[in-house]
Amino acid sequence: MGSGTEIGRVRGLGSAKSGAHHWWMHRLTAGSNFLLMLWFLVSIARLPALDYATVIAWLQTPLAAVPMLLLVISVFAHFRMGLQTVIEDYQHDETRVVALVLLNFYVIGMGALAVFSILKIAFSGGAA
Amino acid sequence: MAVSILHRATGAAMATAGAILLVWWLVAAASGADAYRGFLDLLTTADGSLNVVGYILGIGLSFTFFQHMGSGVRHLVMDVGANFELKSNKRSAQLTWLWSVCATILFWVYLLVVKG
Repeated sequence: MGSGTEIGRVRGLGSAKSGAHHWWMHRLTAGSNFLLMLWFLVSIARLPALDYATVIAWLQTPLAAVPMLLLVISVFAHFRMGLQTVIEDYQHDETRVVALVLLNFYVIGMGALAVFSILKIAFSGGAA
Repeated sequence: MAVSILHRATGAAMATAGAILLVWWLVAAASGADAYRGFLDLLTTADGSLNVVGYILGIGLSFTFFQHMGSGVRHLVMDVGANFELKSNKRSAQLTWLWSVCATILFWVYLLVVKG
């Protein structure tokens, strides 16, 4: 941090122009994942069964649907940033760009499927 | 060293196998009773208990999760600049194993023995 102009040091953005934002968001979602995954594991373990009727009835309640939505957003954002770091560390040629694009397609596609499914169950009881 | 690279391996395993299983479960539940039965058939036997695939994925992913959680907390401590002394650093790496093994056993004892 010793080089550069004074205003540059104050901004702290560095050559990537985004500063420590990615790093900080990764730690922030680690914390929210910690809480949400504990909630998820305890809830799943305490459900009387995991059959269709029980799971649908559970996911229809606001106190299950909302944490479940937050969990998907938090976990998916966290592993998008984690896998992005892994790709940037190990892929050095043009395949890096391809891998990053595929990662984003994967995360957004899977996330959309999960969010839509949770909302459908919550609002309509999962009826096909 | 091993625990550090394992943090990436466990993370990548959950981002692929774990995420696919979670989304599959949610999509199946939102697609109706027949689709949900198809999802359960993948993991359970006819009487409702877990089959071999169910046990491998269930125990494997829960252990993977607890190990990632343990090494993740260890990294959060190192992020604030602490725990870089060789001895305590090594001990905390070993503690992540103790934690993940114990947490996985306790989780499954609760599911299979306490709950029945």
